[in-house]
Amino acid sequence: MNSTKRSPWITLSALLIYFFLYAPIVVLIVFAFNSSKTNIVFEGIVNQGACGPFYWFCKLFSNGDVLDAAKNTLTIAFVSTVVSAVIGTMAALSLQRYDFPVKRASEAALYIPIVIPEIVMGIGILVFFSALFTWFNHTFGLTGDARLAMGLGTVIISHIAFSIPFVTLVVRARLHGFDKSLEEAAMDLGANEFTTFRRVTFPLIAPGVLSGALLAFTLSLDDFIITFFTTGPGSTTLPIYVYGLLRRIVTPEVNALSTIWILTVLIVVFISQRLEARS
Amino acid sequence: MIQTLRENKKLQGLLLILPTLLWMFGLLIIPLILTLVTSFGGRSADGNVIYKFGLENYLRLIGITPEGGFDPLYLQIIWRSLTLAFQTTILVILMAYPLAYFIARAPAKRRNTLLFLVLVPLWTNFVIRIYAWIMILRTQGVLNSVIGWLVGLAGGHFQPFDLYPSQGAVLVGMVYEFLPFMILPIYTSLEKIDNSLFEAAADLGANALRTFWRVTLPLSMPGVVAGTILVFVPVIGTFIVSDILGGRQVILVGNLIQRQFLDARDPAFGSAASIFLMLMTLIVTLYYTRRFGFGEEIAAA
Repeated sequence: MNSTKRSPWITLSALLIYFFLYAPIVVLIVFAFNSSKTNIVFEGIVNQGACGPFYWFCKLFSNGDVLDAAKNTLTIAFVSTVVSAVIGTMAALSLQRYDFPVKRASEAALYIPIVIPEIVMGIGILVFFSALFTWFNHTFGLTGDARLAMGLGTVIISHIAFSIPFVTLVVRARLHGFDKSLEEAAMDLGANEFTTFRRVTFPLIAPGVLSGALLAFTLSLDDFIITFFTTGPGSTTLPIYVYGLLRRIVTPEVNALSTIWILTVLIVVFISQRLEARS
Repeated sequence: MIQTLRENKKLQGLLLILPTLLWMFGLLIIPLILTLVTSFGGRSADGNVIYKFGLENYLRLIGITPEGGFDPLYLQIIWRSLTLAFQTTILVILMAYPLAYFIARAPAKRRNTLLFLVLVPLWTNFVIRIYAWIMILRTQGVLNSVIGWLVGLAGGHFQPFDLYPSQGAVLVGMVYEFLPFMILPIYTSLEKIDNSLFEAAADLGANALRTFWRVTLPLSMPGVVAGTILVFVPVIGTFIVSDILGGRQVILVGNLIQRQFLDARDPAFGSAASIFLMLMTLIVTLYYTRRFGFGEEIAAA
């Protein structure tokens, strides 16, 4: 579609929708500097302690629960991104280039997580793990701390499960316009399969793998529903922690947390866009 | 052995897809089958699942009590979820279309920035975005303060609206959460439309409105279809938007399921509700995609 003259009504409604998208975020950030602890009405900019207007940010960094939750969130996102990027890329290569007996079924299975509500998958995984763990603990007579239970492991495994389809989708799109003669040329010049993959195929699909991984990372960071059903004691993530707070009293600490979150994600995205533009 | 692997293309393909299949089988297929099996079970006095084959949970969902009476409680919840999901989807289409159109018609070098601006809110956290709406909508919140201030300027007296918690607040929250998922696919399909089509329409004497109605809209339908699926599916199953913005009064299917597993401790009934939700979603999306066709736009988004 080309740029042509636009009706002023379209421009006006676009501006209004951008306003709708950004107003809540501005409110979140402004209230991170609120001097009222209950954080219902904005009572002026806080100026307390050594940190002055950044009082709530400092308070946040001395809060052990938040730091633990942040650590869990990043660990889960990092591990599940790396694993799902590798597995998803393998699947994309397989589906795009090979013919094998269960191909149609695999493609269908990869679409399921996109067309069923996340809660259905979450419940299924919860039912599965609790049945598996009950059976395992009973059979092997495990008691106390030795028992298998929900925790970081179950959350990571589940995050990998919902990330794989998205990575596969993105990498496949990249493979779609791939020129196979480049690989054939490498093989003709005497490179073996491994060298060809390392020196030709991977560099070409790397941007696709990177954007797939970035998508998996943001999905994992943002996930609430699957985490909610697979988490256990000691594996609370930031979304779960904030949800817990929302049912009690929310202090501006949560706003400070949100502000840091938004800035961090923006910086990460900005850097990755720069990297992509350069390659 | 390496030689066999080199020559057998089928084997190579299978080995590459194997980890994915393991994951999908273990964490998707088996869990769904287990949920189905559990949904026919019952509940023991101490809240454990009794495995058997019975349809009580499904009958209970559609309102038939064990005594043979009729109790529409759960049907009302299902109906409320469906209505809210349809309302959200329609509002989201109405808001997303003009913005997607605006971006697609912007100068080429500015399109990426405009699109980027749509994505930024998505990168703040889902739960945090809901919290932002509490701050805006509550009785002493930002919206009422701003209106109160404006009315005060005009010399009037303002009685703050009770907007939160309510079903309306849930609707606003849902629209906000899922709006970007509609903008992206509509933009993708609008952007693909060949310019010569507009020129042809103009040459043939069509005015702007007619061109939009006969050319632009039909060609952007794949984007609308993809966006509808990307919005409808998560909305119908969500429970935290309604939990937080509805103040525990707006109960949707998602809340019903969640409570069976956490508070009510009746996993069998929760599983039945979950299977019911899955079937309902599949029927709606299948009917919809059959009716309007299925684009590649889901992949693009």
